[in-house]
Amino acid sequence: MTARHAMPAGDRPGIGPPLWLLAELTYRCPLQCPYCSNPLDFAQTRQELTTEEWVRVLRQGREMGAAQLGFSGGEPLVRQDLPELIAEARQLGYYSNLITSGLGLTEARVNAFRDAGLDHIQVSFQASDPELNNAVAGSRKAFDQKLAMARAVKKAGYPMVLNFVIHRHNIHQMEDIISLCERLDADYVELATCQYYGWAFENREGLMPSKAQLEKAEAEVKRYRERLTASGSAMKLIFVTPDYYEERPKACMNGWGSLFLTVAPDGTALPCHSARLMPIDFPNVRESSLHSIWYDSPGFNHYRGDSWMPEPCRSCDEKDKDYGGCRCQAYLLTGNADNADPVCSKSPHHDRILAARKAADHATAGLEELTYRNADNSRLFFRG
Amino acid sequence: MTELLEQIPRLRPGFRFQWEPAQNAHVLLYPEGMVRLNDSAGAVLKEVDGQRNVADIVATLEQQFPDAGSLEGDVSEFLKDAEQQHWIVFS
Ligand code: SF4
Ligand code: SF4
Repeated sequence: MTARHAMPAGDRPGIGPPLWLLAELTYRCPLQCPYCSNPLDFAQTRQELTTEEWVRVLRQGREMGAAQLGFSGGEPLVRQDLPELIAEARQLGYYSNLITSGLGLTEARVNAFRDAGLDHIQVSFQASDPELNNAVAGSRKAFDQKLAMARAVKKAGYPMVLNFVIHRHNIHQMEDIISLCERLDADYVELATCQYYGWAFENREGLMPSKAQLEKAEAEVKRYRERLTASGSAMKLIFVTPDYYEERPKACMNGWGSLFLTVAPDGTALPCHSARLMPIDFPNVRESSLHSIWYDSPGFNHYRGDSWMPEPCRSCDEKDKDYGGCRCQAYLLTGNADNADPVCSKSPHHDRILAARKAADHATAGLEELTYRNADNSRLFFRG
Repeated sequence: MTELLEQIPRLRPGFRFQWEPAQNAHVLLYPEGMVRLNDSAGAVLKEVDGQRNVADIVATLEQQFPDAGSLEGDVSEFLKDAEQQHWIVFS
């Protein structure tokens, strides 16, 4: 017996429903991670959607078939109406995920969210890196809060899902990080190397690991995984490696406008949470229904199908596999979002990826030289 | 086999099984993931309630699908697979 089915059909030929809805509730956040994927000019964002507006978005999304719902940000915990939104999501039948840094979380809130019907809490270890160093090194003052919250989440009956952002300054600590997770009795561990969008693109040179670092880390993860399997552990380990070391791009978001729909804090609807940086006019849930946004807006239809593709993708026999890669990456690295993702070795711009790899071999910048994500730096970007 | 028949399967914490009208299928939802189930997988997981053992589930399904003959093999095989995927646990 196999369990999987083909993908469902949507309301328009060739366009399936948005099964995944990401609600970025706010850009406000007490942290300043230099690898944050929020837009550089987040400080300029218009008014956040109100509770009623979010409820409307959730209802419309569910009606269209969305089943997975993410609450993220910024730090979603700063929204005081979070329990209300969780309860609404549960009542509508969503599986709801809360993506949080754990700052501002208390055991009481964890329990209140559970009672409201939240399905899953992911605690991201995204605080600044010296703290991570301290934590895995044993002195973990600043990490006590996150660790306490990870335990509270498990105690409340949730699976423990931990996310670590990996970059050149902590990639050598793989084993320590995984063994910390094992001691915490985590169920899922995601070791995610930075993806270079938003602030991480700005800081790429200071974040991107070298090839040698990556290979060593991959070997460590592999060894650890074998050990876990041998011991019958159910802890699931996911290592997301940077696509800058691949020769073919990732099938970004499973195709533009095919499964994922992000709603930004100000109501802007996006095919992925980074797409805002592109020179495309994206619709807003304050002005249109989610249904017309998903099926009919020029923004969402822009890169559907493959008729927009220039060469080399146009005549490439792999285009059904990767859809030409990531549009944001094409835009950031070539200035034109139509181009093949430069990660692809067939791209005429692949030299930009090679140059980044080379730079990673020689980079010397310390953590203190990175541009931290905060309102002052954001205003600088806005002024340009 | 007898051993398995006496065990009680239940969904792992964080997993939810439900009918999705938009997909015209049962799905299994879990942290940041979703599996769309085919009819037979859906029919089996529907009976997994953390109360009844595999033998009871087989009996219920055989009643529901009288033309299908003996289901013990198929159901056991699927449940073992589901355990390996870490969707369910036995107790
Ligand atoms: S990545 Fe860091 S700064 Fe950005 S929203 Fe998350 S916790 Fe805040
Ligand atoms: S040329 Fe385009 S479609 Fe072909 S593999 Fe490269 S990115 Fe994918």
